[in-house]
Amino acid sequence: MVRKLAELTRIDGISGNEHEVRNYIIQNLEDKFLKHYTDNIGNLIVKGKTDGSSGLKVMLSAHMDEVGLMVNYITEDGKLKFSPVGGLDSRILAGQHVRVGRDRIPGVIGYKSIHLQDKSERESVIKLKNLYIDIAAKDRENAEEYVKTGDYAAFASEPVFFGESRIKAKALDDRAGCAVLMELLKEVWPFELYACFTVQEEVGLRGALVAANRIKPDIGIVLEGTTCADVPKVKEHEMSTVMGEGPALSFADRTSLADRELFYHFLKTAEIEGIPYQVKRTATGGNDAGKIQTAGTGVRTMVVSVPCRYIHSPVSVLDLNDLKNMLKLVSKALHTLPEAIGGRII
Amino acid sequence: MDTGTLVKQLCEINAPTGYENLSAEKIKSFFNPLCDEVYIDPFYNVIGYKKGTSPEPKKVVITAHYDQIGMIVTGYEKGGFLRISHLGGIDTKALLAREVVVHGREEVYGVIGAKPPHLLKENETGRNVKITELFIDTGFSDDTLKEKVEIGDPVSIAAPVVEMKNGCVAGKSLDNRAGVAALVLILEQLQNVKHPNDIYVVATVQEETELFGAVTSSYSIEPDLAVVIDVCHGDMPDVDKSQCFPLNRGVPVAVGPAFHSEYTNALFETGKRERIPTQRCIEPGDPGTEAWAIQVSRFGIPIVEVCIPLRYMHTTAELVSLKDIEAAATLVARYVSGDIIKTPEDIFQA
Repeated sequence: MVRKLAELTRIDGISGNEHEVRNYIIQNLEDKFLKHYTDNIGNLIVKGKTDGSSGLKVMLSAHMDEVGLMVNYITEDGKLKFSPVGGLDSRILAGQHVRVGRDRIPGVIGYKSIHLQDKSERESVIKLKNLYIDIAAKDRENAEEYVKTGDYAAFASEPVFFGESRIKAKALDDRAGCAVLMELLKEVWPFELYACFTVQEEVGLRGALVAANRIKPDIGIVLEGTTCADVPKVKEHEMSTVMGEGPALSFADRTSLADRELFYHFLKTAEIEGIPYQVKRTATGGNDAGKIQTAGTGVRTMVVSVPCRYIHSPVSVLDLNDLKNMLKLVSKALHTLPEAIGGRII
Repeated sequence: MDTGTLVKQLCEINAPTGYENLSAEKIKSFFNPLCDEVYIDPFYNVIGYKKGTSPEPKKVVITAHYDQIGMIVTGYEKGGFLRISHLGGIDTKALLAREVVVHGREEVYGVIGAKPPHLLKENETGRNVKITELFIDTGFSDDTLKEKVEIGDPVSIAAPVVEMKNGCVAGKSLDNRAGVAALVLILEQLQNVKHPNDIYVVATVQEETELFGAVTSSYSIEPDLAVVIDVCHGDMPDVDKSQCFPLNRGVPVAVGPAFHSEYTNALFETGKRERIPTQRCIEPGDPGTEAWAIQVSRFGIPIVEVCIPLRYMHTTAELVSLKDIEAAATLVARYVSGDIIKTPEDIFQA
């Protein structure tokens, strides 16, 4: 799983451009006989193995897309102006390395060097409109040989294993969820399972909506990477999650409320099995559960996340033990789900 | 070795300013095969010597600093974090969400994070972050971290050097490994040339703090002429054209009170003669380079300066053209291999 996670983060798949991630997942499913389907919006839906022992229909989802940039104008001197795709902290962009378009043209995000900034510029953050991507093109014509407007630009950031059990990479949100979901597809389930690798989560949870409409599940479990603010000078109650304390169960976030029965089932499973877990301390952020919950006639949802520090940046960090425990917890909780929830709910 | 590979190898070396001892030997290894003698002085300046053919050779020094901006560990924070301060002029804007290497008992990898944006208070969102607010996340437990890293250990920013379009490269420490690469290229060119004067190439230390390496090395060598190779600002949008230089349009040669006018004119003449295009880099006062320090070292040293245009100075996105490095090297190699030294009559020796 860890190797797959590292490989998944190497792929660029900004919202609306997830096909390479999708291809990777299809090619790397351990069981080549699993039926899979790519819908009109680009969601990859894989039907899991079932022993048919319950009539419950479960949708597990993880989004394939990542935040990034999109080229919206090429200047006369060959620099690329851009817009963010998804929620980006513009403070982190200056001086980052990116790769642009299908050919992954290397570029850097340029701005006025510190030596040339006046006092007020030194003290303030750089506005997005003053940043640009430099691919060392001579002029506009030269730049257009390599790039066109509408091309995506992703952070150039290689996965690195460091510390005692950490990985740094871009796009951990939500390739982490994708990696866990790929693992879960190896097992045989006591219900009908649809594993959804969704698109366009970062621009408004768009893929999950149509996937849930098609599948019409009874239960939707979202596997996510979530914020982790356990860094110096942050108050404990503001730390949404704490790294290394296990997968985070959300009672609520900005877009959905967890189904109480599901929530306590996961919590109880963790207690019984002795799997480290934490309850997310804040109700911020949104994810695919927001759309799945209200799809069709309504779906009982639950979000399980791996804590990610510096999320939405080229150096997001997660703890591999959290990831492994997330897989363990979700697997255990799902196997006992039919008894706990009591069959299909009409 | 092609210039791109040379530059990449040099940029991978870490020599945070004041801690060049980490890498002096590595720099020396680039000079070793190309010099008559190479030594490291007590300040970790790396000095390569090439003997001249004249019976009474003069001394020409060519310098390029090999230190880089960096950080220093100032404290621990619970959870495997380190507090930092800066070594040299670092722009904190270009530190957020970056990778680093801490030079502790062993090299420790880490990332610089920051307080997440949704937790920023209103008065924090618009202003640039202070270095005292930043921390390195090492992923180690507090006890393990204390065994590996001590307060005072230097830190380097980790970033690869990437090949770009049109023969350019971008990455960390091109200020001034681009200049060190030029030194190596000059030595290579001098292999096949008879030069009358003794030539010293000096990769200097502590430019990014107070130009100390240039001061100490020029004092001890006592050259008749010094040539400084350093980066200047490459052309960037939002920057006045008088303050920056286009890439691939000629070698910027510094003009101003810091620079010896006759030797500078001779440098422009060399450019014309050898068909190497030059640009005029106007420095009306302190150019912010080693020239300012060398000029008044010992009894005063005539000095000229050759620049390499570089965009986004002091970031991990520093961008230069390899052709500009090669052109600067060729210009200096041709210049120093001539009989260029004009020494005034010494009236102080009776």
